[in-house]
Amino acid sequence: MSPTTREGGRRAPSRVARLFRSRTTQGFLFTAPLLALFAAFVIYPMAFGVWYALDADSYRALFSDPTFRQTVVNTLWYVGFAVNVKLVLALLLSGILDFQFAWIRVLAALFLIPWAVPALPGILSFRWMLNSQWGIFNHLLGKFGFASVPWLAQHDTALGAVIVFHIWKYLPFWTIIFLAGRRAIPNELYEATAIDGASALQNFRYVTFPLLRNLYLICTLLSMVFTLGDFTVPWLLTGGAPGDSTHVLATLAYRYTFQMGRLEWGLATFAVALPVTLGFIGLLLRWVKI
Amino acid sequence: MSAPGRRKRRGLQIWLSLLAIVILGWTLFPVYYMLLLSFTPTDDLFQPGLYVEHPTVRNYTYTMGADNPFVRYFWHQIGNSLVVALWAMALVAAVAALGSFAMARLHFRFRRFVSGLTLFTYVIPSSFLAIPFFKMMADYDLIDTKLSLILAMVTFAAPYALWVLSDYARSLPPEIEEAGAIDGAGTIATFLYLYLPLIRPPLIAVGTYAFLYAWNEYLYALLLLTGEPRVTLPVAMSNFLTTDNAPWNLLMAVSTVYAIPPVVLYYCFKRYLVSGLVSGAVAGT
Repeated sequence: MSPTTREGGRRAPSRVARLFRSRTTQGFLFTAPLLALFAAFVIYPMAFGVWYALDADSYRALFSDPTFRQTVVNTLWYVGFAVNVKLVLALLLSGILDFQFAWIRVLAALFLIPWAVPALPGILSFRWMLNSQWGIFNHLLGKFGFASVPWLAQHDTALGAVIVFHIWKYLPFWTIIFLAGRRAIPNELYEATAIDGASALQNFRYVTFPLLRNLYLICTLLSMVFTLGDFTVPWLLTGGAPGDSTHVLATLAYRYTFQMGRLEWGLATFAVALPVTLGFIGLLLRWVKI
Repeated sequence: MSAPGRRKRRGLQIWLSLLAIVILGWTLFPVYYMLLLSFTPTDDLFQPGLYVEHPTVRNYTYTMGADNPFVRYFWHQIGNSLVVALWAMALVAAVAALGSFAMARLHFRFRRFVSGLTLFTYVIPSSFLAIPFFKMMADYDLIDTKLSLILAMVTFAAPYALWVLSDYARSLPPEIEEAGAIDGAGTIATFLYLYLPLIRPPLIAVGTYAFLYAWNEYLYALLLLTGEPRVTLPVAMSNFLTTDNAPWNLLMAVSTVYAIPPVVLYYCFKRYLVSGLVSGAVAGT
């Protein structure tokens, strides 16, 4: 500060006062509660988990456990298959909801219900519908003369149920994200292609998709990371049953830690997925502008 | 519009409405089935059908009246859910309002560091941190307290709240600080009397977001709370699943009551609950 500004008999601010007026200090003070929360409940647990997971014995135990190997396969299906089917459907559905008919708005509003209803009520409903004795699906199958299916009591259909529920619950959210993306595309582009006589498919191929590609990739990464850590849906829908064959990483870690008392195995289960997760997060940090 | 154009439009509408029927069936059936079961008397529970033959509100009065052993603590549990959600709402609003002021208005040097940390917290699945978090709370003797659950909820709901608020705050004119400077207000006075009133609309929205986040949370509530009178509603409901003779119709009545606040809030604040992170990506394409 130049001495001229101090003229007029005002005392020079003390060093402490000046420190509190600096942008950096003020910035830190205003973000202090947030930083404290992140340090205590994100950075510290993370470091703790990694520290515990450094023990090579845990990994030897994990990889020799057939349940763990099955879990990795299940998780790959859940993250690789369910997420991508969901996002492709969301991209297509956002095109339908983008039509400017009045009744489409009603459809869009009703379509959001699975997103608004918490996961648990939806899961309970699915479980009862899939009940092999009293569920509505087997009841209807029986009516049409088919044999009943033990939906949640065999691996393939139980994992399928988890995947279907995931799509049912989260499809609306991603659909409105893509809808927002479509709405952000300037209309002039479509007017220009209309003059050239482009078909709907050509519009999608040459205008819509190239402009949505970034958004689509970011959403894919985000949804994959979120789904990789999902506990609620698989746990409440199958709980790993039948015979621990439908676990995903999060539910198996819960089982190791809280039902078998193997804290280090539980942490190692997550540590296995950590490199992939951090890679995805690194990509997101580079792509997403905040 | 010309006649062939109109016919083409009509054809499109027919195709769309066929698709709409499929979409609605897929979307609404599980919800319809939940409602249907919640009105089903126990005697009819084991005769599946697509409608209720003898609809009853007994399941709801049982739940509310709490005279059934299965739902004895219903009011406690819904109260716990409410207390945790309201605290999360207030704290997230406070923490994010302070943070967004620094991020959007102070232009301080370590902004990128804070936003990186925020994005990291948003993206890392909370289940990855659940076991160490549980261990930590056990070490501090905070297991079975609402405080532990509230802290977790505030941490995980704060990043999104910070984004939405910072985004909004950046769009405010620079005159706020100038007006504050003319009146001789310090940074704190500017924040309290000029900034806070201006960000009230998104503040209400992010508060709602935090409320819903905590209301819907299952894993952390399952880990941190025990004992029937002290758990939150979703944990109480999931405890039924381990019993063989779960009272499904009662469970669905509780589910319906549990789902009503989120559904109302989601529809009121829809606009704010989808933007945030992705709005940056939408604008950035």
